Amino acid sequence: MDYSINHLKVLESESIYVLREVASQFENPVLMFSGGKDSILMVHLAYKAFFPAKIPFPLLHIDTGHNFPETIKFRDDLVEKIGAKLIVGSVQEAIDKRMVTEEKGVNASRNGLQTAVLLESLEKGKYDAALGGARRDEEKARAKERFFSHRDEFGQWDPKNQRPELWNIFNGKHQMGEHFRIFPISNWTELDVWQYLAAEKVELPSLYYAHEREVFERDGTLLADCDYIEKKPEEKVYKEVVRCRTIGDMTCTGVWKSDAKTTEQIIEEVATTRMTERGGRTDDKRSETSMEDRKKKGYF
Amino acid sequence: MSNDHHLDSELLRFTTAGSVDDGKSTLIGRLLYDSKSIFQDQYEQIERISEKRGEEGVNLALLTDGLKSEREQGITIDVAYRYFATPKRKFIIADTPGHIQYTRNMVTGASSANVALVLIDARNGVVEQTKRHAIIASLLQIPHVVVCINKMDLVDYDEAAYNKIQDDFEKFAAKLDVVDVHFIPISALIGDNVVHRSDKTPWYDGPTLMYYLENVHIASDENFIDCRFPVQYVVRPYSDEYHDYRGYAGRMAGGVMKKGDEVLLLPSGFTSKIKTIQGPAGEQDMAFPPESVTILLEDDYDLSRGDMIVRPNNKPDVTQDIEVMMVWFDSDKPLQVKGKYAVMHTTQDVRCVVKEIRYKLDINTLHRQTEHDGIKMNDVARVVLRTTKPLFKDAYRNNRITGSLVLIDEGTNNTVGAGMII
Repeated sequence: MDYSINHLKVLESESIYVLREVASQFENPVLMFSGGKDSILMVHLAYKAFFPAKIPFPLLHIDTGHNFPETIKFRDDLVEKIGAKLIVGSVQEAIDKRMVTEEKGVNASRNGLQTAVLLESLEKGKYDAALGGARRDEEKARAKERFFSHRDEFGQWDPKNQRPELWNIFNGKHQMGEHFRIFPISNWTELDVWQYLAAEKVELPSLYYAHEREVFERDGTLLADCDYIEKKPEEKVYKEVVRCRTIGDMTCTGVWKSDAKTTEQIIEEVATTRMTERGGRTDDKRSETSMEDRKKKGYF
Repeated sequence: MSNDHHLDSELLRFTTAGSVDDGKSTLIGRLLYDSKSIFQDQYEQIERISEKRGEEGVNLALLTDGLKSEREQGITIDVAYRYFATPKRKFIIADTPGHIQYTRNMVTGASSANVALVLIDARNGVVEQTKRHAIIASLLQIPHVVVCINKMDLVDYDEAAYNKIQDDFEKFAAKLDVVDVHFIPISALIGDNVVHRSDKTPWYDGPTLMYYLENVHIASDENFIDCRFPVQYVVRPYSDEYHDYRGYAGRMAGGVMKKGDEVLLLPSGFTSKIKTIQGPAGEQDMAFPPESVTILLEDDYDLSRGDMIVRPNNKPDVTQDIEVMMVWFDSDKPLQVKGKYAVMHTTQDVRCVVKEIRYKLDINTLHRQTEHDGIKMNDVARVVLRTTKPLFKDAYRNNRITGSLVLIDEGTNNTVGAGMII
């Protein structure tokens, strides 16, 4: 008899193991939920990890106020369906309170402002573990991230001083005031995520599927037209059939020309594409090490 | 990425160790590039950087350098994880630095690997670093070792040179605990025998590296004999529908458990039967490593995290006296004899005192030193521990999960040592 399970089952089992470690080792964990496919996958895995009990931690959404409307609706429906508690950290409120300053100009984005709001939300809720859906295949700085990633009392990541992680053993011991970022789906690739979501028939926001939308082009990336982005005079809006490969704030999430209307077509597209999924993220393009720099300060 | 994508592919984890000059990064870049796992925007990015640095051609090694300081210094400091897939398998590479000062990173990368990829520069043959990598593969019990004799283009694809290196390595490996060793002549720079078979090595009739990685038999790498289920978390729904539900969640660490099996509970010593196995997709008839499941028992015993479910006629050792090969990680403080540390072993959290250092192992020569000046960062030593509570342990060579533990400094909470139980 051959005892073996396929790669998706191995990844699923690994992620469930990590989620259960978090529930065991931490007093007050929280799951960072963005409304994107990776955080939807996280919720799905957490549901399985603790079934038939409810997920033993709340969801935290850092809302830039510049989200696709579809994201917010999907989030609220999901939270109601699984009976989870939702906490929203609002960037708009932080701007109004002058805790952070809005960027100005055509490239203005609230992406960077999320870090301060996230750290404040974590502190306010006294969370000692924040679960995130980041994957190592996404970006070169994330390739070096641990499953259990220690943050000091300022929420900072020190990539040169990470705890060694061996076998199945995850050391989550920490001092008061420090917290951990936990990445249960570290070892999944974009294709794994899609294959798994398809096999599990998980419902996703409509934004991931090809649809017609008003767009304009900037620096080789298509952006969805919305009130949050100031356009340059030469940037003309036109209609295009597109889909999102990642979902973030509307100001920095590129959309892709695509005809993929079903999950199967998306898998086909992902399997043959020649561009990384964050290739459409203008926040990553600000410099060669922009992800590493933001992570050190406490970004997701 | 490949066009063919199959749901039924196996997952293989392999580790590489190497330093700047032996072509490790180039080899990984080559595997990714030739298996079409590199994206156009990634390629364009390294193309830009290569050009900016005035390098000839596109430097594939740049694909694997992540952190700013690594790019500045042109070295790999930490473990980086890379992913690629072929129609047959999905691969996770733990890419680690090879220099002795990064032994702890190599050990980390090796801890969960199915295959160790050892690189030898054909011009230099078996050197100290090669031996160190092989010793680490042996210590960490990586089931398969593939030795890539690289830069064959620089020795004119000379068969005699290749055979000499193979002989040297085999002589050395005879002293180690590695069973399955395979040799391949390659040139990572040119691509000979990496993904595509080379016509310059007609004397070599073995597989290419990619063929080896896609086909090496890994289904028996886990222990399917000795049933071990460390209880990780107790699922209690506290709802009307599941009023008396008490599920023991965990990940199979060994053996095959079936519904209806008689089981022994540790530490209590009570016996019961498996009523239900709840898997991620619903109820299942059996469970084996590395599955995460929830087990329900016929009887109402109150197990908690750290307990273990096993079979009555196949128990792990239950003891407070533990002897390990310890790799020391702490840069600030050497291992303290009589020192007290926190211990994590399976899902157990205990404390221990270090009773004795039997000897320090020279990981370049395997020489056992009873005279030494302490166990410092990256040192390996045979150590005797006494724990506050009994551990349910197996020898590391029989089970990598129930046979491994880490030591934690109780002041800093840092992971300071990794132990393989003897």
